[in-house]
Amino acid sequence: MIENQKMKPGILIVDDELSVRDSLSKWFKEDGYRVGTAENANRALTLMNEGPWDVILLDIKMPGMDGLELQMRLKEIDRGASIIMVTAFGAVDSAVQALKEGAFDYVTKPVDPEHLTHLVENALRTKKLSDENWRLRQQMSELSGVEEIVGVSLQMKKVVDLARIVAQTDTTVMIRGESGTGKEMVARTIHANSSRRYFPIITVNCGAVPETLLESELFGHEKGAFTGAQYRRKGKFEMAEGGTIFLDEIGTISQKMQVQLLRVIETKQFTRVGGNDLISSDFRVVCATNRNLEAAIADGSFREDLYYRLNVFTISIPPLRERREDIPPLVDHFIKKYATLMNKPAMEINPEAMDLLVRNRWQGNVRELENVIERAMVLAKPPAIRAEDLPFQLSQVQSGSAPTGDSLNEMEKLHIAKILGKFNWNITRSAQALGIDRVTLYSKISRYGLKKP
Amino acid sequence: MSSVLITAVTPSDRRLLDRLTAPLAKSFVVPVNVAFGEPLDGSFAFNLSRNQFSSMAIISKLLERYEDLEGKVLGVTSGDLFVPVLTYVFGEAQLEGKVAVVSYHRLGEDFYGLPADEELLQSRLLKESVHELGHTFGLLHCSNYLCVMHSSTGVEEIDIKTDKLCADCRKKLSER
Repeated sequence: MIENQKMKPGILIVDDELSVRDSLSKWFKEDGYRVGTAENANRALTLMNEGPWDVILLDIKMPGMDGLELQMRLKEIDRGASIIMVTAFGAVDSAVQALKEGAFDYVTKPVDPEHLTHLVENALRTKKLSDENWRLRQQMSELSGVEEIVGVSLQMKKVVDLARIVAQTDTTVMIRGESGTGKEMVARTIHANSSRRYFPIITVNCGAVPETLLESELFGHEKGAFTGAQYRRKGKFEMAEGGTIFLDEIGTISQKMQVQLLRVIETKQFTRVGGNDLISSDFRVVCATNRNLEAAIADGSFREDLYYRLNVFTISIPPLRERREDIPPLVDHFIKKYATLMNKPAMEINPEAMDLLVRNRWQGNVRELENVIERAMVLAKPPAIRAEDLPFQLSQVQSGSAPTGDSLNEMEKLHIAKILGKFNWNITRSAQALGIDRVTLYSKISRYGLKKP
Repeated sequence: MSSVLITAVTPSDRRLLDRLTAPLAKSFVVPVNVAFGEPLDGSFAFNLSRNQFSSMAIISKLLERYEDLEGKVLGVTSGDLFVPVLTYVFGEAQLEGKVAVVSYHRLGEDFYGLPADEELLQSRLLKESVHELGHTFGLLHCSNYLCVMHSSTGVEEIDIKTDKLCADCRKKLSER
């Protein structure tokens, strides 16, 4: 019985006249509503706190505090409640004022019973829809939530805390960290925790887009702006309207682009390539780089004014080798992730293999660790991943915590060169033999400056 | 077992009351009688400014008058009833209480400028009487639009519903 009472919509009647409270209360009780009555503002506020009430019938004229002020106070307690103002004949001015301040509707005493019934039903229907809308937004928010940042180290906890704090503001954020440390994940965490989360986050990898195309990629272009521009196209800044634009590898853009970018970030206005119309867009900038921008300023390849514009709030992600305590939870996380993706049972990892993983240098940081686990999940036979399933052996891994400088780099470079030579620089076959994907191999070839003989 | 006493509240037509007894007795399976003697003079409940009768005042007076009576009391009047915040009501009842009152002022076709239809008036009055007495037996409004406990704020809605309780309401009534 008590549970049923809770399920019923609740109507709170606030009126200083006993006869009005009684007759309305009776009327709604017969309809099966949960009814509360208050004779003055204080009682109304007390009942409101004990709520929830779905609809509030509020007399506009009350001794002590007038209905308009009480409406404001009630809304402070529960913004979702629908307030219907009850006015005396001729008090339309105050009723209009109440509507402007968020009342659902108003009725004039005495009210036609048919009208009152429909009004309350409409108020409840509207409230139900808006509650449902709120619930769906919450669910959407949960479903579209970003992958959780895994880490138990103090450094990573600090990174997550900073991301959550800065998310509440519209401040430009620069994320710094080596390749593969998860800069984009931090950017997505900032977006997902900000008030812009229902709008898009647009990622632009500045390093991956050729210089000639970057301008049209960012600002869009008009039809016929250049050869091949058959249609008008929106740029990333325009697409990020209301949301966040994530500029990855910001350190790689040209001087000319830096000037344009500075202007757009300052004015939030731009023109499409080949166009004359000034377009405004409301976006928040989050950028990332693994370059030493201070050195780039010193050698003149990065503009100082853009640097200061972007470097308002910096989050630095430490490389994986400086927070080895994060490796075991990351390994567990990736094993679970790939077990689900590959439809395999969740596997254990034997201590010897875990030891190898913890001691590896992880030049490619978390991304490399993820690749290694993915590969191991393909090769390993249940119930556990063994050391043999890993693409490196103890001899290749640095011993203990003593850093060995670039020796592993050198070994990796030599090994890659050897494999490339063995397969006559066939990238696909070499990548297969090395147990990495083609993109990783290309990036390693470029990083080590390897050239085809 | 309970019983129902129907009493006229002037202005009222006694003939209409007599024709309510049998169907009401069938609906609630209780003895139903029309009160003997003088009807209750409703003039005390008349509100000059509204030109209507206060249903609350009538209920209070009937409670007082039939203080010693076991069972339910239904007052029937042709006076137009009101409660303070509403423009009119067809009737009012004490939920799970003793007294209910119904008005047939707005139930006749002549009220809406149409030729009088006594059969229709009687049928509407029966539905509203069962409805208000239903409240005194603890029944709430029912979402089934054919059930007599369905809320009606206009004669059109009264005409759509039947004078019977739906199975759910009958079950609730029998559980009380």
